[in-house]
Amino acid sequence: MSTTYDPVDPYAGSYDTTEGRVYTVTGGDWDQTLGAEAYGEERLVVNMGPQHPSTHGVLRLVLDLEGETVTKARVVIGYLHTGIEKNTEYRTWTQGTTFVTRMDYLSPLYNEAGYCLAVEKLLGVEAPQRAQTIRVLVMELNRIASHLVALATFGMEMGALTGMTNGFRERELVLDLLEEITGLRMNHAYIRPGGLAQDLPEGAVEHIREFLAVMPARVADFHKLLTGQPIWQRRLKDAGYLDVTGCVALGVTGPVLRAAGLPWDLRKVEPYLGYQTYDFEVPTADTCDAWGRYLVRMAEVNESLKIVEQALDRLEPGPVMVEDKKIAWPAQLSLGPDGMGNSLDHVRHIMGQSMEALIHHFKLVTEGFRVPAGQVYVPVESPRGELGYHVVSDGGTRPWRVHVRDPSFVNLQATAAMSEGGMIADVIAAIASLDPVMGGCDR
Amino acid sequence: MTGPGDRSGSDAARGVTAPGGGFRKGAFGVTGSGDTSGFGGLVRVEPGGAVALHSTERPYGGYFDEVTDALVEAVGQATYDAAVHRVLVDRGEITYFVAREHLLPLVQALRDDEALRFELCSSVSGVDYEDSGGPAATPGRPRLHVVYHLTSMTYRRRIRLEVAVTAEDPHVPSVTGVYPTADWQERETWDMFGVVFDGHPALTRILMPDDWDGHPQRKDYPLGGVPVEYHDATIPPPDTRRSYR
Repeated sequence: MSTTYDPVDPYAGSYDTTEGRVYTVTGGDWDQTLGAEAYGEERLVVNMGPQHPSTHGVLRLVLDLEGETVTKARVVIGYLHTGIEKNTEYRTWTQGTTFVTRMDYLSPLYNEAGYCLAVEKLLGVEAPQRAQTIRVLVMELNRIASHLVALATFGMEMGALTGMTNGFRERELVLDLLEEITGLRMNHAYIRPGGLAQDLPEGAVEHIREFLAVMPARVADFHKLLTGQPIWQRRLKDAGYLDVTGCVALGVTGPVLRAAGLPWDLRKVEPYLGYQTYDFEVPTADTCDAWGRYLVRMAEVNESLKIVEQALDRLEPGPVMVEDKKIAWPAQLSLGPDGMGNSLDHVRHIMGQSMEALIHHFKLVTEGFRVPAGQVYVPVESPRGELGYHVVSDGGTRPWRVHVRDPSFVNLQATAAMSEGGMIADVIAAIASLDPVMGGCDR
Repeated sequence: MTGPGDRSGSDAARGVTAPGGGFRKGAFGVTGSGDTSGFGGLVRVEPGGAVALHSTERPYGGYFDEVTDALVEAVGQATYDAAVHRVLVDRGEITYFVAREHLLPLVQALRDDEALRFELCSSVSGVDYEDSGGPAATPGRPRLHVVYHLTSMTYRRRIRLEVAVTAEDPHVPSVTGVYPTADWQERETWDMFGVVFDGHPALTRILMPDDWDGHPQRKDYPLGGVPVEYHDATIPPPDTRRSYR
């Protein structure tokens, strides 16, 4: 290992090692920076993130400031890229669910639903009615949880810390329900191609009804805590302005678009899973700013509660997986004395009664089912906007390509349009009002 | 474009055709011996053949005819014929296969024409139809596809545009001038597939680090996994596992 010290730059010395050239940056060379005076004394480039509590996960912003005014906002993403799209190409269609659920970790059930609807469209099958109703039920519960986190982090970033503690406390109620239904608080892998992993457990309906009884008062508390508060209003009003034209040009959907006045909600305009039969409103605002987005999300929590109630009322007994044994996941789970495991009835059936069932179990679990060749694009309305699945099959047991149009990814492009020309404090409000989830953005 | 003679009509309607054969039948890939598992009617295409090469005949059904007529009227029959070399209707979705030279006038008309009004570019993504063997892997075959999903909020319609280029000449004009939202999505497609979008304001990597080599979502990108030992068994890396083709 040669260690030739380079004396030219005393603040960034370098020497050669067997691993290549190594630089030691010590800083302290501000007075030697050339050409800085051309930009004026007021210009300051601030790097915010990627590890900054108010940038919603690992989001990095590079802000050009003139005094406190932002003249340029650049967004750097990719810190949470995990190659989920590529990974799905090396797993079966069923295993894909467990990958996509981890993308947007605040709305995992939307990822699963969008993916499964796309696979079902490729297969040409439709989940049974009960499965569809339960999908709507858990998705709307998930929307409440996701919006509560949006409001909680919004509060935290604006300095209303009680908003955060309340939001996370209320969200915990939903997560308890989702844990009871799916077995996990997050990353459920509950919605599967063809239906659901399992039916609602006993007692779940009662617990959801208890939650529905409690929640309206909690939403009212939120309004008491934040909505009328003058500081909260003055922090949010006129911050992060983006009108309908800007939203559509930049592809921004979801609450941000609806807060600009366009009632564009895929549950209404392109209904799926029977959303056209549910009675709910699409809340809008006409302020185009962070304040409107806050109000829209609050109102959407109430609408989701209405949908959950209707879904509970229309639950009919029935199967939660397609009848087709070539597609339906064969294993049946049950709660044994030692925790979750394969149902003994199912084991008895495949081991003692039906050779066909054993073959299907073995084949479907090891190699999975085949999906006819073709491509589809299926959008669903996630809490953050249009979540689109572009899924391509070559006819095999694995996806040829899964592309996710994640609303966080697309919406974050609006950061510059929302922030430039405003104060640096409003950048935080603008980004918080977009409610980006970096797991979904970077995938 | 010859498919095997036993191709059933319903498969053709679904768009399951591939050049020069490359078919397999049966749900579990069993041939010859008795396929006890059933689902023997399923026809699948060999890797790389996921794109049907035939064109759907008019009428397309639904609003697809209206959109196509309006598009022809907006850009003129001659331009349309030159730009769109194939139209495929599959599973209730329409795909226009567009020559890259004509992409920009086409999307401009799709966004601005009163009868079309595709204001929102929902998604831009890439698909690599590369294959290691078979007729699909012919050198110079346009294996990289850029797929645009356009949404008309006025008429509540969706269409898909697809542009295919070769890996040797992966240039596609950027649509960011028409749809600013395509900015990051084109950067992602460059990052992942190496498609160069000419005219993009800043075509840099977005998800991978700036100094990354290669384009990870291409099918020939090496995964570089290592075998993992677990409970006395060795599990090979994903790309070398048995794949049940």
